[in-house]
Amino acid sequence: MHLHRYEKIWLMLGAGGLALFIVLLCVNAFAMGMAPPSNMEMIDPEKVTETPPFDKPGLKQVGDNEYDAYMTAFAFGFAPTKMEIPVGATVNFHVTSPDVIHGFQIPETNINFMVLPGHISSATHTFDKPGEYLILCNEYCGAGHQVMATTIIVK
Amino acid sequence: MVIARKIDDTLPHVPVQRSAATLSLAYVWVAYIAFGLAAVAGMVQGMVRGGIMELPSWTNYYQILTAHGVLMALIFTTYFIVGFIFSGVARTTGGSLHGAALKFGWAGWILMTLGTLMAVVTILMNEASVLYTFYAPLKASPYFYIGSALLVVGSWLAGFGVFASYRKWKRENKGKTSPLFLYMGVTTYILWITATIPVAVEVLFQLIPWSLGLVPTINVMLSRTLFWFFGHPLVYFWLLPAYMAWYVCLPRIIGGHIFSDSLSRLAFICLLLFSIPVGFHHQLMEPGISPAWKMIHVTLTLIVVIPSLMTAFSMFAIFETTGRKKGGVGLFGWFKKLPWTDVRFFAPFVGMLFFIPGGAGGIINASNQINAVVHNTIWVTGHFHITVGAAVALTFFGVTFWLIPALTGRQLTKTANRMGMVQTVFWAVGMFLMSLAMHTMGLQGAPRRTDYTTYMDHPLALGWMDYQRVMAFGGGLLFVSAILLILILLYLTFYAPKGNTEYPIAETETTQEVPKILERWPVWIGLVAFLIILAYGYPILQQIQHQAPGSPPFVTW
Ligand code: HEM
Ligand SMILES: [Cu+2]
Ligand SMILES: [Cu+2]
Repeated sequence: MHLHRYEKIWLMLGAGGLALFIVLLCVNAFAMGMAPPSNMEMIDPEKVTETPPFDKPGLKQVGDNEYDAYMTAFAFGFAPTKMEIPVGATVNFHVTSPDVIHGFQIPETNINFMVLPGHISSATHTFDKPGEYLILCNEYCGAGHQVMATTIIVK
Repeated sequence: MVIARKIDDTLPHVPVQRSAATLSLAYVWVAYIAFGLAAVAGMVQGMVRGGIMELPSWTNYYQILTAHGVLMALIFTTYFIVGFIFSGVARTTGGSLHGAALKFGWAGWILMTLGTLMAVVTILMNEASVLYTFYAPLKASPYFYIGSALLVVGSWLAGFGVFASYRKWKRENKGKTSPLFLYMGVTTYILWITATIPVAVEVLFQLIPWSLGLVPTINVMLSRTLFWFFGHPLVYFWLLPAYMAWYVCLPRIIGGHIFSDSLSRLAFICLLLFSIPVGFHHQLMEPGISPAWKMIHVTLTLIVVIPSLMTAFSMFAIFETTGRKKGGVGLFGWFKKLPWTDVRFFAPFVGMLFFIPGGAGGIINASNQINAVVHNTIWVTGHFHITVGAAVALTFFGVTFWLIPALTGRQLTKTANRMGMVQTVFWAVGMFLMSLAMHTMGLQGAPRRTDYTTYMDHPLALGWMDYQRVMAFGGGLLFVSAILLILILLYLTFYAPKGNTEYPIAETETTQEVPKILERWPVWIGLVAFLIILAYGYPILQQIQHQAPGSPPFVTW
């Protein structure tokens, strides 16, 4: 099989760039701890409302300016409906669904993950700027999907 | 080596025999009927999201979106591909399909059409507004799933028809290298059949029993994994036939030659190997899959950069050598020598241009944590409208402009060619505007698959409205283009003057030695199986052994 000289150069540059890129992704994920949200915890979707801490969704202070937010995503809303935190707070979101699949996205942050019934999804964000952040569902979940949203107020 | 039939240009002729031509046309026309209906849905979606129109109470946004996704992504593409491959296989193996291939072809058409009708009826009855990904535990009517299963099985029969033609050719041409088009067709079907097995398992063993109420709950994680096992190679199933047109038909259209027979085959083999074991890149943002397995799939995903670069090189090498032979001089003189006013070249070429940002966007999507910025935003929708909706679709349109008259024994007239150019420009501008708006708004967080909403007048969501309107405008141009296309195709099928249209199949300039290993299918299928076990064996075992409590069905629309 004959490879043209230019094609060899072209493919070598491509392969080299690709290898470098993959190495960077690995460093980023494993050495710098920025792997995508991949929590392995499970829960019975038919018993979400009876299972602590999801029986009482809400914020729990766990550190100086750090909170655990236990939330449920359901057709068609999020619980709790109101959350307020001080500027600079770090929030660990833990979300699950008692019914179908939902999405959990906070635009203008990197919080964006799927919420699957049977699983608990987690991700962490530090809110450095004040404002009323929109939390929305970005996976189709039924007729009211477009109204499925809430906010988190950072003061 | 390609066998070309001796052609007597004084008599009207069909480059493929009537029986094969009819089969191919039957597939191609179902494809364009689905396309036309889906184009109406697409335009409506844009208008609704842009706040320009409201839907009447007898329908809803998600019903229309399900119709659009199913008809475009599953029906239009699959039917067109099956029809195109049958015609090209006939054309490159002596001009006809033998009995077994025809039988498989028609049996496939009947099953697929039955399945399509079942799915479409359930969607129309609003019993299947689950979108084209039908994620459990949203539960559609069992007939929707049975219809999808028939569609898949029908397409397998079509594949068996192509395998039968390949065997026959090999028997009659002992020791010779198969025609390139035939080889690529076989590779495409190996990819397709391998990829559809897991989704068939999902539908037959998970969704159908569960939707019939025979089992109370479903393993949601497993169903998603099986779906995306299929979902990514699905996009390569769309792409490979477009590449067939680029590698084999386009060089002939511009009056050149195939760049390298072996490298073309090698590119297809690479695509076969590295398009399947990669589905987790659609599940990067989900719980229940470890970061290490996600990274393995991301790495395998990115390897397709290599065959993509090979394809890009071959294409531009063909364009340059052909342009120079026609007298183009200087660094870019050859560029002007390309047949810019020939829609058979122009439409696929514009498609190729869309593929450049499309590929770059794909690398972004596949990149592990960057995916968090774009996942499930309408950026993703923008991405696949420039890849499948522009690069692949424009190539298919370009092919159809010569395929239909070649099969019906009519002429691609000057007027039809000119109308095709106009149609291509409308499509390109429409796609450009629509997908640019989608990409931009997606980066700002606007979700995909979402009816008109301002999220209770949240300022951020209000800020997306201008882009939503640009998207709607682009969708309007696309709709005009779609109507124009259907009119041109009706003309080419029924009204264009009788005559000869070439079925363009290029050859290599000199005889080229093709390494035998490229046709040792057991080797490649074995490698595919190895990669699949490597990438999916352990995760799927885990998902069965340590499954989350199951989910009962929900109908939330
Ligand atoms: C007339 C041309 C077209 C228009 C106006 C159009 C418009 C749209 C719009 C606005 C959406 C976004 C809906 C949303 O997420 O809320 C969409 C989704 C989609 N389109 Fe198109 N589109 C066109 C052509 C195509 C083509 C040619 C294909 C593929 C062959 C395609 C495949 C899809 C798919 C798969 C979806 C996603 C459906 C889902 O998320 O479930 N479209 N289209
Ligand atoms: Cu939703
Ligand atoms: Cu993919």
